[in-house]
Amino acid sequence: MASLLSPIKDHHSERRLFLGRVIFASVLAVVLLGVVIARLVQLQVVNYEFFTERSIGNRVRMEAVPPIRGLVFDRRGRVLAENVPAYQLELIPEQVADIDDTLSRLASMGLVETDDIPRIRNLIASGPRFKPVTLRLRMTDEEVANFAIQRPRFPGVDFRPRLIRSYPHGPVVAHAVGYVGALSESDLESLDPARYAATGQTGKTGIEYSFESSLHGDPGLRHVVTNARGRVVPADTRDLEETLPSDAHPSPGDNLYLSIDLDLQLVAWNALEGRRGAVVAMDPWSGEVLALVSSPSFDPNQFASGMTTSEFAVLQTDLERPLFNRAVVGTYPPGSTIKPMLALAALESGATNLTRRSMCIGHWLLPNSTRRYRDWRPEGHGEVDLHDAIEQSCDVYFYEISGDLGIDNMHYYLDQFGLGHPTGLDVVGEASGINPSRDWKLQNRNDAWRDGDSVNISIGQGFMLATPLQLASGTSTLATRGVRYQPHLVAAWEDPLTGERTLVRPREVGRVDIANDFYWDTVIDAMNGVMQGERGTARAIGSGAPYRMAGKSGTAQVFSVPEEEEYDEDEVAERLRDHALFIAFAPVDDPQIAVAVIVENGSSGSGVAAPIARAVMDQHLGYNDAAQ
Amino acid sequence: MPLSETSRLLTRKAQPLTDFARIMRRLHIDGPLLGGLLLICALGLAVLYSAVGESMRLTVNQLVRLGVALVAMLVIAQFPPDFLRRWTPWGYLAGLILLLLVLTIGEVGQGAQRWLDIGIRFQPSEIMKLAVPMFAAWYMHDRHMPPRAGALIVLALIILVPTFLIARQPDLGTALLIAASGIIVVVLAGLSIKLMIAMGVLAVPGAMVLWHFMQDYQRQRVLTLLDPDSDPLGAGYNIIQSKIAIGSGGLFGKGWTNGSQARLEFLPERDTDFIFAVLGEEFGLLGVLTLLSLYVFVIGRGLYIATQAHDTFSRLLAGSISLTFFVYVFVNTAMVSGLVPVVGVPLPLVSFGGTSMVTLMAGFGILMSIHSHRKLLPH
Repeated sequence: MASLLSPIKDHHSERRLFLGRVIFASVLAVVLLGVVIARLVQLQVVNYEFFTERSIGNRVRMEAVPPIRGLVFDRRGRVLAENVPAYQLELIPEQVADIDDTLSRLASMGLVETDDIPRIRNLIASGPRFKPVTLRLRMTDEEVANFAIQRPRFPGVDFRPRLIRSYPHGPVVAHAVGYVGALSESDLESLDPARYAATGQTGKTGIEYSFESSLHGDPGLRHVVTNARGRVVPADTRDLEETLPSDAHPSPGDNLYLSIDLDLQLVAWNALEGRRGAVVAMDPWSGEVLALVSSPSFDPNQFASGMTTSEFAVLQTDLERPLFNRAVVGTYPPGSTIKPMLALAALESGATNLTRRSMCIGHWLLPNSTRRYRDWRPEGHGEVDLHDAIEQSCDVYFYEISGDLGIDNMHYYLDQFGLGHPTGLDVVGEASGINPSRDWKLQNRNDAWRDGDSVNISIGQGFMLATPLQLASGTSTLATRGVRYQPHLVAAWEDPLTGERTLVRPREVGRVDIANDFYWDTVIDAMNGVMQGERGTARAIGSGAPYRMAGKSGTAQVFSVPEEEEYDEDEVAERLRDHALFIAFAPVDDPQIAVAVIVENGSSGSGVAAPIARAVMDQHLGYNDAAQ
Repeated sequence: MPLSETSRLLTRKAQPLTDFARIMRRLHIDGPLLGGLLLICALGLAVLYSAVGESMRLTVNQLVRLGVALVAMLVIAQFPPDFLRRWTPWGYLAGLILLLLVLTIGEVGQGAQRWLDIGIRFQPSEIMKLAVPMFAAWYMHDRHMPPRAGALIVLALIILVPTFLIARQPDLGTALLIAASGIIVVVLAGLSIKLMIAMGVLAVPGAMVLWHFMQDYQRQRVLTLLDPDSDPLGAGYNIIQSKIAIGSGGLFGKGWTNGSQARLEFLPERDTDFIFAVLGEEFGLLGVLTLLSLYVFVIGRGLYIATQAHDTFSRLLAGSISLTFFVYVFVNTAMVSGLVPVVGVPLPLVSFGGTSMVTLMAGFGILMSIHSHRKLLPH
């Protein structure tokens, strides 16, 4: 068959043909190989530098180094917030063979809370396996020692030092300084993610929050070598030094000096004795806040070192509301504490004069009305003039002039004393309070202003609401005879590297439109009478002091007592008792401190709030021993 | 110098064999071929050790496979070419049946049906890598060269049927390599140059038809080759990282086990298809030229053996095995350096993996058999 299909094989020519084909194929192969070699030369010789750079770019990342947060001091350089080393417990998932077993053994040692295990498991499951997961933010020295002994039993678990925020005075200055907490995703919406690339915590309230940008500092950069999955690997980068920008050190945040005097703060804190209330003390001539206390308080260290949800829930649901900053966010009816301001308004506007007298019989009726407006003293104060009305806090006198003074004048002058709008404190979030007006009532109550409303405002009740900070600012404005300075907590910035300080200058934000010094003399003299006059409501507090002081008590109704009933302190539940308020400044002739005190449900301004104001003034003026 | 002396020196055949050469011949081992292969394997093992992250376990694993493959080579070398030729049709037939079995009952792995489990788990396409060129050479053995039209049709069927079956798995890379090994036989048998040019021209519409039948991922590979930066994190990632690895190696490389692209896992498939990039990164141009030289030496030796063969079957088969080996080397290095699409062809004798290594070494065993079983003229 084969011989029919094909002729006899010619082995010689066949061999020649084959040889030719092998040579042909070899030439083709050499050409193709030449192409590959040319390509390799192109990659490895011609474009060597280009690919070297890309190779470095692949593995070398710039990693942010967190800056050290600025410290916070009081006005005399005592530490209010600092950074202290602490150990945190971490677990690296890929190094742990049996995660469940490890966690349960750690739980039995008390290093992990059993309730926390599901959360930790989620964290482990969601992150890359080489990334450490924090099990416990802050270990006590004892826990560190215990774990160190047991460490061989826990491969993949270790403790690592880090800096955490510490507040050595805990609750005493908590509401002023605020606290830091874990940086959350919502925080990053308002912060620059590049600056916070390595930061774990950020200010949440108070100074820590309001001055976040100066306290935080700028992160540094350093090179790290990573693999394709982003894991940082130890590697020698000395060969890269020439090709890469050098590492940048982080620059620490600014240190802040607060105007707060820790001693004064402590006196105010102790004087409150844990009752619900607030004390704000200011330097009237600069606006510097000397003390800012809100009670009860909380331990900000808990936030800084991380707390469990149950711990946070306890703070949040506490009926005493320890997280609530009463000093700047709490709004209260100012009660009689605004009488000196209204007295000035009445004198300036001509609604009253020094000779005008009222007959106080314990209550007062509006013309053509049967509604009885009671004086706090059921038996009445008898015949009183302006001086007496302030000194004895006669309500009827102010009821009587309220019609002549009118809401427009009240609103106008109270506004100039800083009521009804934020004072401009450098800690954000303060409440505005309410300084009512005709417009305000129309908009918020959808009703016209009535004479009865003015009667209520004349003793700081009704719609009127003010924060303790606003009262302190208003009191300062009384002390300066009409010059209002913006209250502020930060007195100076300090660059921690150069030690250079920048002082915060006092900022005048308004003047009360009353030029007649005689009016000021009259009202301040009456306020002095409150504390040191023969018939002053707080004469028990002010008498015998080595300096002259001016004050005014206030008692604010928490709920209205029907007009035919008597207010009986013993019968009223503690929570429904009147708030006790007191404002004061001293010395009268050269005011150096203005104070506002509120004690919630404290019943008596002069009895409960005034001693606190006195203690604060004594401390500030150097008579702290005399107060004993 | 007497004339007889001169002619004795010129007549190498007259020289008696040394003891070593005699032993090698008795064992049917070709010294130069074995030496070249061992050098490739040694260099390959060194690169692999680095590519697998200095894992001794995996390196020893590869070493064992190399040993098995070398034994297979030596065993095959003992069978004379005539014996191999007689059994060729049965081997081809068995390969075809197994390929059909794969398509019906084969195991699915990584989206393709390539594996068959009959006692041992293997890819029948590996059999076809040798069976196709062997059967084509068998067919041409007692036929006229160059092949006539009728013979060409038969040869086309011999080549295209298994190619089609393997392409259906789908395993386009292997299918193309098997087709290449068969086509090489036909070209070496003297396929007319005119016909080759004509087929080259026809390749353009052929490529369009092929494009039509390609899977999406195969099309993607071609597109990615044309512009790898269009998809830097997806399909183009491999090529980009591989070019960075080779290019950053420079002339002398970053040093053994110091290739950052490979060691920090930027280079994918660094111990298999892309191991050439590891060599380029750690040993530089010097390293890749060394390996390419070794390959050229082995291929050259294979072609020399082909030209020295005594019959058509041996000649065509030896030529095909040698040149197919070149195709492997070319396709892999061209793919890793970004010249041709990523087709999943390992770097022969260096990439991690066992099945293809045994097939390759068996091929070299056939070469040794062909060379060592020649009936030399008695001296």
